[in-house]
Amino acid sequence: MPILQIDHLQKSYGDTQILHDINISIEEGDFLVLVGPSGCGKSTLLNCIAGLEPITGGAVRIAGRDVTGVSPKDRDIAMVFQSYALYPTMSVARNITFGMKVRGVDKVTQDRKLTEVARQLQIEPLLNRKPGQLSGGQRQRVAMGRALVRDPKLFLFDEPLSNLDAKLRVSMRTEIKKLHQDLNASIVYVTHDQIEAMTLATRIVVMKGGVIQQIGTPAEIYNRPANMFVADFMGSPAMNLIPARVRSEAGQTRIEIDRAGDAPLVITDPVSRDLPAQIVLGVRPEDIHEATGNAHLPGTAEGAGGEVMIDIVEPAGADTFAVTHLGGKPVTARLRAESAVRARAPFPLAFDLSKVSYFSPKDGVRLN
Amino acid sequence: MTSKTVLTKRLSRDALTTPHTGSVAKGRRNTLLRWGLYAILILFALFYLMPLFVMLTTSLKSLEEIRTGSLLALPRDITFAPWAEAWSTACAGTQCEGLRPFFWNSVLMAVPAVAISTVIGALNGYVFAQWRFPGANLFFAAILFGCFIPFQVVLLPMAQMLGLMGLAGTIPGLIFVHVIYGIGFTTLFFRNYYVTIPQELVRAAKVDGAGFFRIFWSIFLPISLPIITVSVIWQFTQIWNDFLFGVSFSGAGSQPVTVALNNIVNSTTGVKAYNVDMASAIIAALPTLLVYVVAGKYFIRGLTAGSVKG
Repeated sequence: MPILQIDHLQKSYGDTQILHDINISIEEGDFLVLVGPSGCGKSTLLNCIAGLEPITGGAVRIAGRDVTGVSPKDRDIAMVFQSYALYPTMSVARNITFGMKVRGVDKVTQDRKLTEVARQLQIEPLLNRKPGQLSGGQRQRVAMGRALVRDPKLFLFDEPLSNLDAKLRVSMRTEIKKLHQDLNASIVYVTHDQIEAMTLATRIVVMKGGVIQQIGTPAEIYNRPANMFVADFMGSPAMNLIPARVRSEAGQTRIEIDRAGDAPLVITDPVSRDLPAQIVLGVRPEDIHEATGNAHLPGTAEGAGGEVMIDIVEPAGADTFAVTHLGGKPVTARLRAESAVRARAPFPLAFDLSKVSYFSPKDGVRLN
Repeated sequence: MTSKTVLTKRLSRDALTTPHTGSVAKGRRNTLLRWGLYAILILFALFYLMPLFVMLTTSLKSLEEIRTGSLLALPRDITFAPWAEAWSTACAGTQCEGLRPFFWNSVLMAVPAVAISTVIGALNGYVFAQWRFPGANLFFAAILFGCFIPFQVVLLPMAQMLGLMGLAGTIPGLIFVHVIYGIGFTTLFFRNYYVTIPQELVRAAKVDGAGFFRIFWSIFLPISLPIITVSVIWQFTQIWNDFLFGVSFSGAGSQPVTVALNNIVNSTTGVKAYNVDMASAIIAALPTLLVYVVAGKYFIRGLTAGSVKG
C-alpha cells in the first residue's frame, strides 16, 4: 500500500491553474523530493498534501486513507517550514511539545518523547531557551524536533535548508539523510536545489509550470532525463545540449555537429536509431573525455569524437573543465585534473555514446 | 615688509594653526547649537505647560486670593478645600455631590468599553491578517471607513438604535456606543501588527493540531503586549475624554465625568468658583494622564514596532 498517493490532483486560484493533473505514488520509507525552479508549484503541491491549501480536483491518500477533505491536524503528518515557524514566546521544550499538548497527550509521555528527540537532535542544552536566542542551525533542529516528536505517517519539508549558510546546509543535509535512514521515515521534501534533490532523494519529481516533467530515481533522472528541461535543470554543470543533424547509413547513425571555422564534427553511433533529421544531442560533461588516440574508452564508439577548439579552461581541483563551442552552443567537458588541455588550442574529445540522450528540438522530448 | 613675506607669513600661520583652531571652533559651534536647541525646546515646554501651571496653582488658592492676586502667582496659602469641594460637594446642575458619582460612571463606562473593543479588535485583526477570507479587503475597508465617520453623523440613528435596544440613557448604552466606535481603530491596530507575523506560524500550529482560538490564545496573544497597550491607551483616552456621546446618550444617573465637569463649571450661583472648576478639570483629566504615565513607554514602542523576531 502506498504511503502517499496523489490522483489527478488539480489546483487553481480563480482562473489560473497552478497544478495540472498531478499523479504521484510513493511507498513507505521513500524520500520523495519535489524539485523545480521557483514558481513551478512545488510548494503549493506540498501545501495541498498537508491540507493547508484546498485542492480543486483529484484526491490525496495517506496510508490508504482518503484525506482530500480532511484538515491538516487529522492527516497524521508533520511539517518543517522554510522559516522554521517556531512559536516566538515559547521555550524550545514547549515548542516541541505544543502539538502533543494540543492533542491532550499526557505529561509523562510528553516528557519522555521530548527527552528522546532532544537527545537525537543534540539540542538538550537548548530546551529552556527561546527561539530568538538560537542560531539558524539550532532553530532548524528545533523545527525538526517538533516534527519528529509527532511520529507521523508522513513528514513534509518545505525548503528547510534554504535559510542556512552554504556550509551548514551541507552538514544539515547529511543529517537529514541520516535521520531518514535511521527512522525509515516517509518524507516529501521540497527544494529548488538540484544537488539537494540528488543527494537526498530515493525518488525525484521534477516540476515546471505546475506540470510534472519526470518522476524517477536520482539515477534515472540524471542518466535518462525525459526532456530537455529536466536535462538542463538537473546536474551541475548542466548537461550539454548540442543541436545536430542525423544521417542514417548502413545500420549506423551518423551525427553531424557544426564546428566553428572547420568542417562539421561527425560522430557515429553504432546503434541504428530511428531519429528525425534534426535533433539535440544531450551529453553530460563527464561523458566527454579526452580522446586517447588508439586506446578506446570503454563504451566509446570508434570515431565518436574529434579535434575541437577549446575556448576556456577552468581547473577545479579534482577536475578540469574545458569549454568549447559546438553547434553554436558552449559545450563543457569534464576532464581529468592532469589533462594537458590548453585554451585557444585544438584538443581531441570523445563522446561516450552509451550515455548520451537525444531530444527532439521541437518539443524537447527524449527520443532514445 | 614686502608683500611676499606677508604672504608667506600668513600661509605658514594658517598651515600651523588652521586644523587646531578649526576643530575647536567647530566644537564650540556644536555646543552653541546644542544650547540653542535646548533653549528653544525648554521655551516650548514651558509654553505648553503654562495652562497646567495656572490650573494647578489656581486650584490651590482660595477665592479671595484669586480675586486679589495675579493669575501667574504661586499660591500664598495652599488650600485643598477646592479639591474636596470638587470631589464631593460641588453642584452639577441641581445635584450637589461633586464629581464623585460621575467619576465612577466614567470608570464603569470606560473600563468595559476599552476591554471589549480591544478584545474584539484583536480578534478582528487576527482574522484580517492571518485568516483571509473572500471579500476580506472589502470588509477591512468598510471597518477602516468607520474610523472616519464624524460623531455628529451617527447621533440620531444611534439614539434610535439605543432606544430600540432599551439601552437609552444607561451606562451599558454608552459602553455599546464606544465599543462600536472603537472597533475600527482597534481592528486597524491589531491587523497591522499581526500582518507582520509570518503566515507559516499559523500553518505550523494548524499542522500541530491547534484551532482558531487555540492559535490566537497560545501564539498571538502572548506577543501582543505592545499593541494591546496602544489599543488600551488610545481607547481609554478617547472614551474617557468623550463629551458628545456622553451628553447625548446619558440619563440623569449615567452621566460621565466630562458632562458633569461641564455642568459644574456652568452652574454657578453667585461668585464663579474658579479654584473648584480648575480642581474639577484636573480630577477629570487625571486617569488619562495616569494611563499614559504608566504605559506610555509601551505606547511608543507599540506604535513603532515593526516585526516580531521568530
